[in-house]
Amino acid sequence: MADTPVEAGAEASGAGMPQLDFSTFPNQIFWLLVTLVVIYLILSRVALPRIASVLAERQGTITNDIAAAEELKMRAQEAEAAYDKALIDARAEAAKIVADTKAEIQAELDVEMQKADAEIAAKTAESEKAIAEIQDGATEAVKTVAKDAAKEIVAAMGGKADARTITAAINARMKG
Amino acid sequence: MADPVEGGGLSFKPLDQFEVKRLFGEGPIEWYTITNVTMWMALAVLSIVLLLVMGTRKRAVVPGRTQSIAETLYGFVYTMVEDVTGKDGIKYFPYIFTLFIFILFSNFLGLLPMSFTTTSHIAVTAILAFAVFITVTVLGFVKNGASFLSLFWVSSAPLALRPILAVIEVISYFVRPVSHSIRLAGNLMAGHAVLKVFAGFAQVGLIIAPVAILGVVAIYALEVLVSAIQAYVFTILTCVYLKDALHPHH
Repeated sequence: MADTPVEAGAEASGAGMPQLDFSTFPNQIFWLLVTLVVIYLILSRVALPRIASVLAERQGTITNDIAAAEELKMRAQEAEAAYDKALIDARAEAAKIVADTKAEIQAELDVEMQKADAEIAAKTAESEKAIAEIQDGATEAVKTVAKDAAKEIVAAMGGKADARTITAAINARMKG
Repeated sequence: MADPVEGGGLSFKPLDQFEVKRLFGEGPIEWYTITNVTMWMALAVLSIVLLLVMGTRKRAVVPGRTQSIAETLYGFVYTMVEDVTGKDGIKYFPYIFTLFIFILFSNFLGLLPMSFTTTSHIAVTAILAFAVFITVTVLGFVKNGASFLSLFWVSSAPLALRPILAVIEVISYFVRPVSHSIRLAGNLMAGHAVLKVFAGFAQVGLIIAPVAILGVVAIYALEVLVSAIQAYVFTILTCVYLKDALHPHH
């Protein structure tokens, strides 16, 4: 069995392996050279430059896209920074406005308070004066009424009252 | 079923597939005769054109399937040339790619049933290997002058050993084209012959036939692998030889 394939093959090809049949060599070599030249020309003229350009173009596209993405990212970061800064500024501004307004209100309040205090003081003084006047008036009136009453009483009792004496007596009474 | 064996009719002709035949008419095979070699090499050219030229016709930035395959092959060989030979080897890329794509397609086309495997012939692979050998040797002397001979002078070895090593290096240098060509042809021829032997056994009996068919399937799978690997091996060895020619100093 083991011999059969070799023998059969040998018989079929006549002189052993077809690979060693030198009569076919020129044919094979000729067509090989033709084939290689054709393949080389097709590859070097058409296929390889085309594939190279496609790959280069793709590489370019990818590089551009990455660059664009980077730029956009940078811009986004810048925008974020600007936003943060604006936020901080706005906060500071707001705080400043609050502080200013507070101070202003305080100042106004102080002025108003002083004014009010002064007014109150003035009113108080005026009122005191008025009260004193009224008191004085009242004392005077009491004195006059007392004098008159005393004069009348003295007259009614039949005496003649000396005005100066009565006044002195009333004044002494009033003080007492 | 067992009749053919007993009758001696069981035909094992594992080498028939390698025969070079005229396609038209009768007569001797002259160098210009159109043979099955011509046909299968033309089919290889056709397939290469279909894949690399028609497949990339759209020049799509986002590639389709065929264009992806073409680009992958291109990138694979380009990277190989660049990695092995360095930047100054890039200008030989078209030649190396020609070799690679021819061997790859010849190997794969040879796997079609009833086909003829051009790369299983020593005449073909020897021409390829000697073309590489002669090109690389001439290139080595043109680029480096006499200092190309320092390739054989292992300066990292002890001085006493260097002449002996030089002899070994010279021998191994001249064996390169032989091993380079026989490796490719031998692998393909052996694989295809084994495939045919298994196929022959498929004629035998109820028990052997299924085993033989399983064997055919397994060997076929192996051959697909071998086809790609041998194309790769041939190409990377070409790159290594080219590197020696461009940078002969150890």
